[in-house]
This record gives sequence, structure tokens and C-alpha cells, in this order.
Amino acid sequence: MAKITFIDKDGVSRTVDAEDGSTVMETALRNDVPGIEAECGGACACATCHVYVEEGWFAKLGKPEQMEEDMLDFAHDVRPTSRLSCQIRVSKDIDGLVVTTPDQQG
Amino acid sequence: MSEIIKTDALIVGAGPVGLFAVFELGLLDIKSHLIDILPKPGGQCAELYPEKPIYDIPGFPMVTGQGLVDNLMKQIEPFSPTFHYGEMVEALQQIGTHVAPLFRVTTDAGKIFEAKVVLIAAGGGSFQPKRPPIAGIETYEGKSVFYAVRKMESMRGKRILIVGGGDSALDWTLNLHPLAERIILMHRRDDFRAAPHSVNAMRELVREEKMDLIIGQMTALKGADGQLTGVAAKGNDGKAFDIECDVVMPFFGLTMKLGPIADWGLNLHENLVPVGTETFETNLPGIFAVGDINTYPGKLKLILSGFHEVALAAQKAHRYVYPDKKLLFQYTTSSSNLQKKLGVH
Repeated sequence: MAKITFIDKDGVSRTVDAEDGSTVMETALRNDVPGIEAECGGACACATCHVYVEEGWFAKLGKPEQMEEDMLDFAHDVRPTSRLSCQIRVSKDIDGLVVTTPDQQG
Repeated sequence: MSEIIKTDALIVGAGPVGLFAVFELGLLDIKSHLIDILPKPGGQCAELYPEKPIYDIPGFPMVTGQGLVDNLMKQIEPFSPTFHYGEMVEALQQIGTHVAPLFRVTTDAGKIFEAKVVLIAAGGGSFQPKRPPIAGIETYEGKSVFYAVRKMESMRGKRILIVGGGDSALDWTLNLHPLAERIILMHRRDDFRAAPHSVNAMRELVREEKMDLIIGQMTALKGADGQLTGVAAKGNDGKAFDIECDVVMPFFGLTMKLGPIADWGLNLHENLVPVGTETFETNLPGIFAVGDINTYPGKLKLILSGFHEVALAAQKAHRYVYPDKKLLFQYTTSSSNLQKKLGVH
């Protein structure tokens, strides 16, 4: 189990419980967190679960794989801390993770 | 006017469910034509997750999206369906009656079909270029923002900004380069997903100063009345800059849209087509909806559900295509008649 905090474009913060082995994207959908569309259902094929990871956390999560980096090309307003939340796996190591959802999903 | 293509069944969408519909219809002697906007069969399986393993296809502990499509193509081979790729259905006109339906369907490529039954197996809708979420972009589309160019000549002498880093972006860069006044390619990073030979050709043009490569992202469009004068952009350092251009071609992948099917007079519920679970027929007799695009109580968007749906839809379709023939239920394991159709005897 891990606690994940989602901050939306208006600055509203929601902290929810995430199950080990699930993804940050699935956690958002399960908890009705707005701002994540996940059009492709987690296949790393659409870039509509784009999030900005809080500075300190970005390095801890490890580098995105090539496939994710390629798919981020389809996202809007990509920043150095951009990730696709379907590619971030939940474990106790990410307890306390904070991500911000963008103004718009591509 | 082009020649009318007559068919028993017209299947809209060549994803796994559309492909298997060919099989179930074929066993009942119903011939099929399929239309798909993609240049290949398989729909989402082939476009979104060709390499991804699927674990819930009965009889396959694991099969990839492409593997499933390849097998389905082999399975329906005996029924020699005709495929119409790279086309989208547009208008549907009812020219028959409720008891003997007949439909005239046209595509955006100008083809005209006359079908006794229509099966909509369009999944999440047709794949269309994704519109970047930039304010006011729709007012420029078709005038100075394009997602594809039908007449290359119309681009002669223009300053063209291409945004993206995949094969579409690189192909258009290379194809339009000889015609354009200047080609500018902008991508968010100096790393491209496109075929290496295209990337090398682009880099060579940049080295020879015959085109420009800019690392950055588009943030706004500038211009008036649909005519661009340029775009605002920002670099990875966050610094803003402007690029002058007459045309922008953005390539941000594909998204799924219901498209013209929405105007066919079908009942719709949140972009899905309600059907009954006995025949999967829509509110319009002779038009069926199968797979992810339909909805009914308890619906699950699973490929295996779509397979079941086409088997039942085919039974009702048979009544329209062969109103005078009695349908005998048969198994492929034991019926010599079915085995003959499958070419196994």
C-alpha cells in the first residue's frame, strides 16, 4: 500500500490509497480522480494519463522507458518531469508520491 | 458516379470482431465486404497494441494483438472477403423496406455500396488524427492547419511547419521539402521515433541548411480568418519564441471518434449503439452493432463478447439475406456442408 496525492489543474489536492502492483493511472481511475483519461486503458498507446511528477520524486521513480518517452511525444505541454501514469507501478517505495495533472490531456 | 459494389453484408470496421463476423456470416453463405479507415486489418489490436499479450481469448493462454489478427485473417480466408482500407463510411441511405432492408452506403473515397445488411463493428470509432489542444486550432483546420495533404501541389511555395517526431512527421517533411518554400520541423526532443533512414535523410537536409529543425513545443497559433502567420512556441528551457509559417501540420498520433455513423438515424447512448441481446440488431432493421461500439445491460467490452455477438447477429442477418431459406443449426466439427465451405474437405 502507498498513499498517492494528485493535484489537479486548479490546485485541488486528493490523497488516495494505492494498491501494490497496480499503476498510478489505475489508482486515479479507481478513486475518481479527475484529469486522467487513459483512453487506451493502460497499453502505453495514447498519452492521455500524462502527469507531472513532483521534483524530488522524479529521480526516485527511475527513467521512463523508450516506449513511454516515445508516447510522451503525443502529450501536450510536456515538461522535464512528465510521465505517463500508466507506467508508474505502485509499491511501498512510492508511498507519499505527489503528481500534478496537466491542464489538458492531449 | 462510380460503379455500385453489391454485397450481402457490409462490415464497418476490420478489428477482431469485424473479422470474425466474416467467418460467422460466411458459414451461412453471406458474403462480406469490410471498410476500415486504417491501412491494415486489426483495428485497435494492430494499431494500439500489436506487441501486447492478450490473456483472455478462449483457447489461447497468451496471444499478441497482431498474433490474434493474423490468425483471424487466416481463419476467414476461405470466405474471401473484400477489404477496403483507408476509407471511412459517410452516408447511409435506406433504399429497401423493413422486411427486405437494403442500404446504400458511401465512403469518403467515393465508393458506393449496396448491402442487404450492415454490421457496425467500429470499436471505439474510427482512428483520426489527434487535434493538439491549442486554442482556436479548429478555425484554421482545412485552411492552414492540415493533418494530411491530398494535393501536394497546393503546398508549393509555402512555409510549412511540421510538428511531431514519428513517421508521419518525417514522411511529410521529406515529401513536401521539394515543393515548399521552407520546411521547418519542430519536435519536443532531439530524438525521433521514425524509421532511421527518414531521420538520416532529414538530418542531411538540416546539415545542408535546406530545412530547419527546432526543438520545442507549439503553444499558440497566430493569424486571422483561418490563415496562419506563424506560431508561438517554447523551448525545453521554457523560453518562448515565434516561428513564421503559412501552414502547420501537427502529428500527435491518432484518437478514436464515432464519426459520420452518428448521423445514420441510429439510437445512441453516450456514443454507443444500443442493441438487443438476441440479435444485436439496432433500432434500424438490417443494421447490427457488434463489439465495443454496442451497449446492452451487462455489456463487457471484451473481444470474446464480440465474437459471441457476431454469431448471433449472423443468424438474424441470414433471414434478411435469404428470406426463403430455413436455417439449419450445424457444427463445424461434424457438418460436411460447413466443412466444404471452409475448404477442409
